[in-house]
Formats: sequence, C-alpha cells, structure tokens
Amino acid sequence: MRDVLYLAWRYLVYHRLKTAILVTSIMLIIYLPIGLNVVVEQSAVHLTARAAATPLLIGTKGSPLELALNSLYFSSEHPELIDYSEATMVADSGLADAIPLYVRFRSRTHPIVGTSLDYFSFHNLSFASGRPMALLGECVVGANVAESLGVKPGDAVVSSSETVFDLAGVYPLKMKVAGVLARAFTPDDDAIFVDVKTAWIIEGLGHGHQDLARPEAASGVLSRADENIVANASVVQYNEITEDNLDSFHFHGDLAGYPLTAVLAVPRDEKSAVILRGRYTDDSSTSQIVRPVTVIDELLDTILTIQQFIVAAVIIVGLATIATAALVFMLSLRLRRREIDTMVKIGGSRPRVASMLLAEVVIVVILSSSLAAVLTLVTWRFGPGVIEGFVLT
Amino acid sequence: MIRIGDLLFSYDEGDFSLEIPQLNVAHGETVAIVGPSGSGKTTLLNMIAGTATPHSGQVTTNGYAISELHDAARRDFRIANIGLVFQEFELLEYLNVLDNILLPYRINRTLHLDTSVRERAEAIAERVGIGDKLARYANQLSQGEKQRVAVIRALVVQPPLLLADEPTGNLDPLNKERVLDILLQYATDNAATLVTVTHDHDILHRFQRVIDFKDFYAYGAGQRPENVAGPT
Repeated sequence: MRDVLYLAWRYLVYHRLKTAILVTSIMLIIYLPIGLNVVVEQSAVHLTARAAATPLLIGTKGSPLELALNSLYFSSEHPELIDYSEATMVADSGLADAIPLYVRFRSRTHPIVGTSLDYFSFHNLSFASGRPMALLGECVVGANVAESLGVKPGDAVVSSSETVFDLAGVYPLKMKVAGVLARAFTPDDDAIFVDVKTAWIIEGLGHGHQDLARPEAASGVLSRADENIVANASVVQYNEITEDNLDSFHFHGDLAGYPLTAVLAVPRDEKSAVILRGRYTDDSSTSQIVRPVTVIDELLDTILTIQQFIVAAVIIVGLATIATAALVFMLSLRLRRREIDTMVKIGGSRPRVASMLLAEVVIVVILSSSLAAVLTLVTWRFGPGVIEGFVLT
Repeated sequence: MIRIGDLLFSYDEGDFSLEIPQLNVAHGETVAIVGPSGSGKTTLLNMIAGTATPHSGQVTTNGYAISELHDAARRDFRIANIGLVFQEFELLEYLNVLDNILLPYRINRTLHLDTSVRERAEAIAERVGIGDKLARYANQLSQGEKQRVAVIRALVVQPPLLLADEPTGNLDPLNKERVLDILLQYATDNAATLVTVTHDHDILHRFQRVIDFKDFYAYGAGQRPENVAGPT
C-alpha cells in the first residue's frame, strides 16, 4: 500500500497545477453546501437567541426589521427617532419596564449605545473590570472593544464625528471608561455603552461651557437681560466631561422631546405584554411595537429560501464538476495508456496498477474533503460573525 | 533458458501471422534478432516475456511454460525473471531517476524494496555514469542517459533473462556502444541470457548468435511457403 500511495502521490505532486485545480473544485463542491448550511444554522441560532431574549421593542412606525436590527445588533442604519416621552409613558403604564435605546453614534467602528443601567441587568451583563457608568461622560465598553482599542477603566474613548463637513453637527466627545464588560458572545461585546444623556450630549442636545457669569467670559458675552445671557462663538465649549466642568453641562428644552431610536419594553407578565401591544394597534399612532423574535424569524425565512436556491444551484454545479472530473480522469487514463502498458510489460500486477490509479482519486478526494472540513471549521468559528456583519452593517 | 516449439501466433485483425517451429536460447547466451519490420521480432519478445500468448505451441522461459500461466502468474514471473528494455525508454515522467529505476519494486508485491535494493540501484547508476542524476526527472536527461536509466531499471532486479527491443535505436554511436556495454557486461557477469531485437547490423558482431527473422514464417494469409525451416 505504501508503494501505491507513493507512486500516486508522486504523480499528483508532479502535476501539481492539475491536482490543485481538481482539489479546489471538489473542495468547493463539498464545502459550499455544508459551509452555507453551517453559516445559516449558526446565524439563525445566534440571531434568534438574541431576539428571543428581547420581549418587545417600541419605535417609530416604519421597518420593523430596521428597528430590530438596530436595537438588537446595533446596525449602523438607525430607524426614525421617537421621543423619550415614549419610554416614560411605558414605564408610567406599569405594564413594563422601559429601557431607552439611542443607537446612532459610533466610536470608530464600535456602536455607542445610549441606554440606562437597567440594560446591563436585563441582559445579565457582568463586569470584567471597573463598574457601571455613574457620571455623565462615562462609558462602559464591551470585551471586544476593550481588546481592539486596548482600553481599560480610567482610559478614554472618543466618539466619531457624524460628518466632517457638517460644522454644526456632532462633535467628538471624549468619554472616560468606567468599566469593561465580561465577554458575552453577543453584539454587546462590540458596543460602547453610555447613559442616554451622554448620547444626547454627543448629539449636541446638551453641552457644557465656560461660566458666562465669570469675568474671564465677559469678552464673549453679547447681551445680558435678567438671567438670559447671549454669547458669541468664542465661549469655550467642553468636549470632555470632567469633575471640574461636570456642573456646567446642561440640557436645553424638555427632555421628554429628546430622541431615542427605540424603547426596550420588558413586560411584567404575559398579560401586560398583550395589553401593551394592544395600545399600539391604533393606525393613527406614530409608534409601533414589535416582537423581535417574529421579525428575525421572517428574516431567517428569507435567508433560508435564498439558501435553498443557492444549495440547489451548487448541487447542479457540483454534478457538472463531478462529471467533468470523471471526464478529466478518463482522458488522463487515455493519455497514460502508454505508461500503464509499460508497467504491465515490466510485470506490474493488475491490483497494484489499478490501486495506484485509484489512490490518485482517493488522495484528491481526501485532500478536497480535508480542506472542505477545515474551511467548514473556520466557517463554524467565524461564519456567523461574517454573515452578521453583512446583514447588520 | 528459452525453448519455443511449434509456435503459431496471429492477431485477431489483419493478416499478420508468425510461425516458429523451434527456437532455443541457452543460459548465458547473447542473441541478436534481426529481420525486416513487421516480421514479428517484437511479437516474439512479447511471447517470451508473456505479454502475448501464442494460439498454439509452447514457450518455456527459464523453465516455466510461460504461455500456460495465467495472467497474474505471468506478471509475477516477468517482474522477477525478465528485464525489459525498450527503444523508447518508457520512463515515467513524474518519477525521478531513482524512482524510475526502483519502479519494478513498487508495482508488484513479488519484489520487496529495501535498503540493499536502493544501494544496488545507486551502485549501478554510479557505474554507468548517472550516479549524480538520481534526483532528476526524465525530461532533464539526454537520450543516452534516459536509455541508461531504462537499462538499470531492467537490471536492478538481477533477472536471469534480458529482453531488449531495439535498445540502441534512438541513440548516437557513442551511447549505442555504452548501452550495449552495460547489457553485455551484465550478461557476462551474471551468466544471464540476453535477447536483443535490432535493425542495427553494426552491432551484430558483439552477440554470440544472430537470428535472422526472414528464416521464420512471417506471412500474410494464404502466403505460407511450402518449405519450413528455421534455426534452432
């Protein structure tokens, strides 16, 4: 057997280009349906688990999918905004706990999630180091964020400008890291969590600046009328919230009208959930309430249908490839007729010569299968992340 | 070594036919077979080697009635007892020189490849001047080198019988002499029998006996001559 394998191996190595093409073709035919299945199955489990753990989401009427993907997986496309009063209303109804979500800003590629401390307890998130955010301007980072940015409690992360061309737009805010979450193997690992008020400060709805009553700010004051002071742009605005300037931060207007992307509603019981959902059935309402698991199931149904089409196509291509490979092998046998005749003339035994030819096929199939297995393993390990990246960004 | 009696052979298609009433080759004898193209010289070698079987008559090689053995037994017999050399060398392109030489040991379990075989192969290669080319592939060798590799492949199993089909047909005069030297030296050193088919009359003087195939009956259907005669 060793001699047979040796001769077969030498043949394949000598014709390495032909072998590589054959191995790659067969490997792809084996891998594609299996890998696709692994990706879809794992992604389904991954997506469904997160969705199933989130009972209800309230957002502006529009795409339920966009609302669910933004709220659960922090996708970059955010839904139309709703008022903070929606969260207050849900909480005041006594039917559910309301966790505000404002997922709009980013720090590099990491989403900044404006929320409340209830978010951590709701998702059972524990801290690897540090503590929850306690002050305005503090943040808590997920495990992957801490790893990729190399930050720990006491360090700082900076929010990204929404656009460099919008001078009146969102300016970067330097946020102090108060804690790092333990790895949860969910999108939370990639997020930066801040209090919703800090998110509003990033947006510019709240700000901190030099005390205009102090003499050093006098040059910037345009007019004073009772408590109303009008200043020009020379007044220093803070892009970092520190203990020294914390008190200068304030919000203008009614917080009830401040924006959220969604409200995560955690009903007290099943009955409360039904009542709460009933309140959003009114056609005239500008808000909607969705069950994330239903939305994600619909998404998965679509993915499954696409997968079935792809698998059917791969099977057809696979059959064509196998037929082509068989043809290549038969033509190869014809081209090697003289070589086989030589072996027969010298005294090569029929089983050995046949085994050698068979061994070439077996080695190619084993190589292809092994590579397909390795690729499937890689897909199993990294695939869901990749497909979520495609679906959610 | 070789005894042929009342041999009759023809192909299923075509009108070629070969008849050999009697042909004997002694142990250690070196024989050259000459004759016109298509007269059946190569067919005779094939029957001695057992790659073709006669319709009737007996072919006995090294004491075995090879024409009566079944296919697997003929192959086993051939690999261990007969060294074959071809005009076109018939080296495997995907094997290097050493692997080509050792090929008989890998294609039939009758032979066992071990260190002594490798050492023997390397020693013969060294002796015939290709010791430094063992790692090369066939396409990296000259014609003369290729034939020397093919000859070593035939010699490495130390067979008592060598059958060579126009072994010098594709070689220049220098390499022709060199290859003949190797074959004849082996036959002398090992008391082996050498039967060579050749068109080259310049080399006939180096053989102990020359058989001219025109003495046998190679004929088309209906052309059989009246008189039967042939060397023994």
